[in-house]
Amino acid sequence: MRKRAEAALEKKAALGEDIDLSKFREGARDIPEVSSLEELPERTREAMLRASVVPSGEGREGSLVILDNSMVARSVASDAYELMDVRAAMQKHDWLKDYAWKLVQPDADKYTASTYLADAPGYFIRALPGQHVKMPIQTCLLVGSQNTAQTVHNIIIVEEGASLEVVTGCVSEGGVEEAIHMGISEFYVKKGGKLTFTMIHNWAEQIGVRPRTGVLVEDNASYINNYVILKKVRTVQTYPTAHLVGRNSVAQFNTVAVAQPGADLDLGSRAVLSGVGSRAEIISRSLTTGGRVVNRGSLVGKAADIKAHLECRGLILGDKGVNIAIPELEAHIPDVEMTHEASLGKIAKDQVEYIMSRGLTEDEAVGMIVRGFLEVGIRNIPEELKAEIDKTIAQAELAKG
Amino acid sequence: MLEIKNLTVEVGNRRVLKDISLTVPSGSTSVLFGPNGSGKSSLLNTIMGLSNYRVLEGQIIFDGEDITHMPVHERAKLGIGLMSQRPPNLVGVQLRDMLRVTSRGKRDPGKLAETLNMKRFLDRDVNVGFSGGEIKRSELLQLAAQNPCFYMLDEPESGVDLESIERVGTMIRDLLTGGVTCAGRRATEGKSALVITHTGQILDYIEADRGYVLCDGMMACSGNPRELLREIRNNGYEECVDCRLVKQK
Repeated sequence: MRKRAEAALEKKAALGEDIDLSKFREGARDIPEVSSLEELPERTREAMLRASVVPSGEGREGSLVILDNSMVARSVASDAYELMDVRAAMQKHDWLKDYAWKLVQPDADKYTASTYLADAPGYFIRALPGQHVKMPIQTCLLVGSQNTAQTVHNIIIVEEGASLEVVTGCVSEGGVEEAIHMGISEFYVKKGGKLTFTMIHNWAEQIGVRPRTGVLVEDNASYINNYVILKKVRTVQTYPTAHLVGRNSVAQFNTVAVAQPGADLDLGSRAVLSGVGSRAEIISRSLTTGGRVVNRGSLVGKAADIKAHLECRGLILGDKGVNIAIPELEAHIPDVEMTHEASLGKIAKDQVEYIMSRGLTEDEAVGMIVRGFLEVGIRNIPEELKAEIDKTIAQAELAKG
Repeated sequence: MLEIKNLTVEVGNRRVLKDISLTVPSGSTSVLFGPNGSGKSSLLNTIMGLSNYRVLEGQIIFDGEDITHMPVHERAKLGIGLMSQRPPNLVGVQLRDMLRVTSRGKRDPGKLAETLNMKRFLDRDVNVGFSGGEIKRSELLQLAAQNPCFYMLDEPESGVDLESIERVGTMIRDLLTGGVTCAGRRATEGKSALVITHTGQILDYIEADRGYVLCDGMMACSGNPRELLREIRNNGYEECVDCRLVKQK
């Protein structure tokens, strides 16, 4: 495997602009771990907040923070789950090697290869069989210094009949303008399990982001993926894939994205439905205020009685941005029900004037429509998180577009 | 309260209103009659300031102020409120939020909806999947939150089933009169309104002081609203088109 990875170090990804990795140095691996979140430096805690990670850990079942290439904080509140650095988990559980690098291939592209070879840190979360972890577990992937190449490898396992909610904030500390984040994530949801995974990105103007995610969903299990990116970033290219191998397995992807001026977002979601009776839904809401955003969605039907729908809506504010929708449906057998809807456009004037006729200014009316438009993408998000995202949307001053 | 002087309006390249003049005194209600496409909704939308309606000539005076070219939201702030006939869907905007911002936080959406028996609509997206009657009630609820002094109601009874007409009619009466039944007090304390009606059914619930008949974008007649309605019911609008009493004057 190592040889395959080494051979792929120069391999360009199929999508997204090619990033020259030689410009960056490996993230620091020796940042000391503190004993509680409260002991993290102020600038770290401030950055966490910007990605909806609660620095006090309140309302969270557990927390794990990775800064550059070091795990710097961890708190575990119950024995219903395991939460630790993935490297420690690999040492603890011999069987974990059967899960690592199985859903994402090390030689997929230069980013996966670099992460594989870096012996990257990352979070390992495992909900034990039958356990319903009540509050969300939060993880934070922070880039804390200029020109850093952060590589992380995450594994989540939801054992049979268990349920788990994970919130991940990916964020750069103040003053970090240029960096690259490569994040490999492999999630396993076993029979009857449920995983809700929410990722919030808040990067800076010159940061490149290359997440690579694979999810395996077994019989009667479900996976919900929420992805929110509203702030400035240089380039993001991601295409998480859920493999619905189990009977009646379910996947839902919700994406809310804003392409600020200068940003290039290439965002996709894919579900491969190979379990009989499996279902998938992809919902995406994107908005450009001057950047470029590509919304990809792919549904692949390979088993009987499956049902899948893709809904992709884009708004263009101002006259500089580009919004591209690329929905794909692929059926390998006749007995499938697969649909998609896609639409792009500007905000309808009659909607703006309707709200203005109730006494709101044009900016207020546009802001309200945009918030509503984006919120449809996160309707399934837990209430407290929604409030956070509402705040972020309100602060984004989207009406100015 | 409202004075329209010689208003000529274009939508696209089509003249929809030609030399219209009318007055709605403070505390009074005027009714607009007219066949489909005669320009009734265009007149209300022009008074609201919607951008598709371009004023070529004439003036709109509200409370002594020339509002002919004023932005929509400023007209609303002056106290003009519009109940649209076909309002747009606001996907993702819940009625609760709409009521909150419309009342500028002064009214509690929950209480407001309770008085109008509309609590179950609060968490729905504005107008999305609403039936004809639900749209009317949602519009009235928003107007109640907005609390304007001048109501423009575009066919409040259209698309409403018989059972709901009673409810919609009563809501409108309460909004306009604030419970005042005395004609004298209504003139000084009540709201003003300009109401479009096709069937005249709404006149069973509200006191109308004056009626106007619009035909082909022109003012064809004006007078006692009940008499006008009776005449229209008996002879249709063709009579008004031929007569053009206003023009002769």
